Amino acid sequence: MRDFEYEAPTALSTAIELLAQQNGSAKPLAGGTDLIDHVRTGRLEPDLLVDVKKIDELNVLDLGSDGLRLGAAVPCYKIYGTPEISQQYAALTDSCRIIGGIQIQSRASVGGNLCNSGPAADSIPSLIVLGGVCVIAGPNGTREVAAEDFCTAPGKNVLEAGELLVEIKFPARAANSGSHYRRFIPRNEMDIAVVSVGASVVLDESKENFVSARIALGAVAATPLFAQAAGDALAGQPVNEESIAKAAAAAKEIATPITDMRGTAEYRTHLIGVLIERVINAAVSQARGEAICYKPGH
Amino acid sequence: MAKKRVVTTTINGDTHEFLCKPQQTLLEALRDVLGLTGTKEGCSNGNCGACTVQMDGRPVDSCLVLAVEAEGADLKTIEGVACGNHLDEVQGAFLEGAALQCGICTPGFIMQTESLLEENATPSEEEIRFYLSGNLCRCTGYDKIVKAVQCAAEQRQAAAT
Repeated sequence: MRDFEYEAPTALSTAIELLAQQNGSAKPLAGGTDLIDHVRTGRLEPDLLVDVKKIDELNVLDLGSDGLRLGAAVPCYKIYGTPEISQQYAALTDSCRIIGGIQIQSRASVGGNLCNSGPAADSIPSLIVLGGVCVIAGPNGTREVAAEDFCTAPGKNVLEAGELLVEIKFPARAANSGSHYRRFIPRNEMDIAVVSVGASVVLDESKENFVSARIALGAVAATPLFAQAAGDALAGQPVNEESIAKAAAAAKEIATPITDMRGTAEYRTHLIGVLIERVINAAVSQARGEAICYKPGH
Repeated sequence: MAKKRVVTTTINGDTHEFLCKPQQTLLEALRDVLGLTGTKEGCSNGNCGACTVQMDGRPVDSCLVLAVEAEGADLKTIEGVACGNHLDEVQGAFLEGAALQCGICTPGFIMQTESLLEENATPSEEEIRFYLSGNLCRCTGYDKIVKAVQCAAEQRQAAAT
């Protein structure tokens, strides 16, 4: 593997200084499950890896009355290992359970999954539908970017040289809300999404009508997509096949899938409709407190 | 050229101090520096699980960990599973059940199974297959491996009651 230096600062300010000094040739290292592979294959050529796992701010995992704070370096297993997070932010833990296998989940972080900015990244649709806000620190201070605005192209995002994702924060969940994420893959586990869908719904008191909904799509465009019109189409509508079909149609409108080894553009467009129906129904079941018939990977 | 670093870890209960460069993976340090060659190299990109070890109680692909990251860590490798000449239940079940052919994947499967049974003493077949999905075997097929895991779980349960 390429020769590089390694630092593991404990202060956020030191990490930002190290990243800024290197003029783009320093990379932050969290779980390393993508980064180490990319350095080995020569896709990335860093001169310095800054291990960010010893920085307190990036290890926050705090669920309180005003929402959830998720440090950028927190590994997947810690997230789904917290039952309250699985209950309140189900889409997020649905994602964390299917990113790689168990060994990968021991190390891989949601922050890293977001910063790699893959079009099929399994955490990003969930971050979008749960209203995630990315807290970014850099030489010029701290700024916040909505999860849906973070990725700009395959492997690209809004981070400037020297900037570091510190945490993702989520608003508290509304009453009668539920969320879910799933992907379609030809096998049961350890694969890249052909298409994926995340959804978060809020129902009214009767639990028969949508108050609001957010839907996001993976692997059908250059970045994970926030299908705002699809979610808005459900607001005020009864929970039934017809309203969900309208949301699916709206989601298909904004998708620009490619044809590749995993599927044709037409196939992917069709899958959006199939997955939206299943994911919305699962999110509704969760909001109603019903059991969801879903096994990770199926 | 990056300088070598001193890394201090606990491996299978013993404290080890070793030198490595930042670019060396934990897998390389275990095999090439420490001579612990029970941990195998398969794909070197996190797909096959042949290099699985436990790091602070969690199974990890040691090809995707830098050796310098192991500073202060508590590691367990395949060399720490047997007690002297006495195989543990998982090793015994793989042997008795012929759950291997060439054996390259076996240390990884055994380490992953140890983690599974620590988390879930009575896993279903589906839970076993899901937990072991990050371990690939190219010769045996998986049925004998799954049966060996079930057998080891039953033996541990029987011993515990």
